[in-house]
Amino acid sequence: MTASATRIPVVIIGAGHAGLAMSHRLSERSISHVVLERGEVANSWRTERWDSLCLLTPNWQSQLPGSGYSGDDPNGYMSMPEVADFITTYAATISAPVNSLTTVTRVSAANGGYVVETDRGIWVCDSVVIASGAANIANVPAIASETPASVTQVTAMAYRSPNDLDDRPVLVVGASATGVQLADEISRSGRAVTISVGEHVRMPRCYRERDVFWWMDKAGVLDERHDEVDDVVRARHLPSPQLIGTPDHRSIDLNALTDRGVEIVGRLGRISDGVAQFSGSLANVCMMADLKMNRLLQRFDDWAEGAGVADLGPSTRFDATRVPSPARLELSFAEDDIGTIIWATGYRPDYSWLDVPVLDRKGRLRHDGGVVGAPGLYVTGLNVLRRRRSSFINGAERDSEELSSHLQQYLERGVSN
Amino acid sequence: MTDIDTPVNNGVNTEALLGAREALSDAPEAAEFTWRANCSWVGGTFSQTTVDGFSGLGQEHHHKTPYSFDADHPECFASEDRGATPPEILLAALASCLTAGVASVAQHRQIQLRSVTATVEGKMNVLGILGADPDIRNGFNDVTVQFDIDADASREDIQAIVAQSQKRSAVYDMVTNPTRVAVEVS
Repeated sequence: MTASATRIPVVIIGAGHAGLAMSHRLSERSISHVVLERGEVANSWRTERWDSLCLLTPNWQSQLPGSGYSGDDPNGYMSMPEVADFITTYAATISAPVNSLTTVTRVSAANGGYVVETDRGIWVCDSVVIASGAANIANVPAIASETPASVTQVTAMAYRSPNDLDDRPVLVVGASATGVQLADEISRSGRAVTISVGEHVRMPRCYRERDVFWWMDKAGVLDERHDEVDDVVRARHLPSPQLIGTPDHRSIDLNALTDRGVEIVGRLGRISDGVAQFSGSLANVCMMADLKMNRLLQRFDDWAEGAGVADLGPSTRFDATRVPSPARLELSFAEDDIGTIIWATGYRPDYSWLDVPVLDRKGRLRHDGGVVGAPGLYVTGLNVLRRRRSSFINGAERDSEELSSHLQQYLERGVSN
Repeated sequence: MTDIDTPVNNGVNTEALLGAREALSDAPEAAEFTWRANCSWVGGTFSQTTVDGFSGLGQEHHHKTPYSFDADHPECFASEDRGATPPEILLAALASCLTAGVASVAQHRQIQLRSVTATVEGKMNVLGILGADPDIRNGFNDVTVQFDIDADASREDIQAIVAQSQKRSAVYDMVTNPTRVAVEVS
């Protein structure tokens, strides 16, 4: 190390919605800090999403501490440029001390605090808040290496639009919000699409004339705490719900894809000799998703009845997922003339720069509601970090309040003790 | 009327299973098990397979007593029918694995079972194993499992138990997903 270090109480890594919300909370508490951002504010939203993506949550729910959505379409869903503008405006509104174009290369513990090394200097601090996002790296299963060379492989992170694909049929692997949205738009572009479906979360866009997020908000689903849910590891790694944000508020479940002509197959189990093999468990994963959706709708109904909410549409149940019978178990890349595989198999955070022993055997950060197992180290902006709401932009509102309170107490107790 | 003093008891110690899940998550080496079976040809298509030892939790184990399975082909296949066919043994394995799962999941969800029966069918076109048609596979085309469950629960809750037992079943996984099999000659 040759560069001289800057001393500051707190370094926040990442100027997305979560890092900026923490910045605002620390400013409220007069705690001096800096926000380090590898790109510009809202970098991932700006550069790592496909063109058509809109938020899954309605605009009225885009509330951050000190500022929120104020446009004229509260029930709409922001596009990615709109999200980037929203977060950039937020950063300006709260006068966040952001150092952009500053990439963190290493965080290590030293003298009861932390040393944060970047490509633009070194910061020495008492506390670090990791707000670098939940989706830095696209997961690609090991079997991808068996894909024939004639097939172009694209991760959901690299995918932008159907225009970038050749005209041949497409296999989409994964049926989270990402997988079903990409299968839908590629099918609409005129290409034949097969989607490989494992465990998934089915949800209607609207229920009884209200957005599903209205229901989850009102009925208390989003406020279930990380220490209350049945299995927090499972809750944190659940696929995102099969939703899309469009002006017509349409649902995008597997039945909608089947109606479009998309072929549904089971979870991808193996690729061997140019043939993809799919699990025979498709009927069961669909049954589980239907049962869970119906339990959620029942919970909504029960809440509405208990709360005496009027002016709702009638209580209904949606058709069971139609599973092709027999579902296809094999697909030959050559015979089916597959041009592209899209790996919509999830994302994970990148902690390669984190040189503090706080990762579990699977490389996941060990934390209790964002309080990491090393003094003064915090994480925010992860799925179900402190409550189900944490998975969405609005989760940062209360998460940042609680974590900044914890952080302030940590600083006041005296860091070296 | 529900007698609230009678605890749900399906005879499954789910607390021990949940404890094992916790303990093994912190000691993943101990979670590596190896199951074994030894098969001897007797004559014709008749063979006998014995299971006894297996390893796991970092040590060797034995069943309380060795168990054996007789396998043969039926008379309409010009055999002597001295045991179940191997595909039938697979159906038995699938049904018993799912049934064990139903009991465990029901226990965990505090649902008392009164009776559980499963009828399993595997459809197969034998032109495959006879080598008469290369387009027909050797194995089952379709397997169906019909559960008949009497329990203190709604139909939806019972469906959810059966769905969860599939999700956690070893044999269901082996039947529905590709598995690498290495066969060697010593």
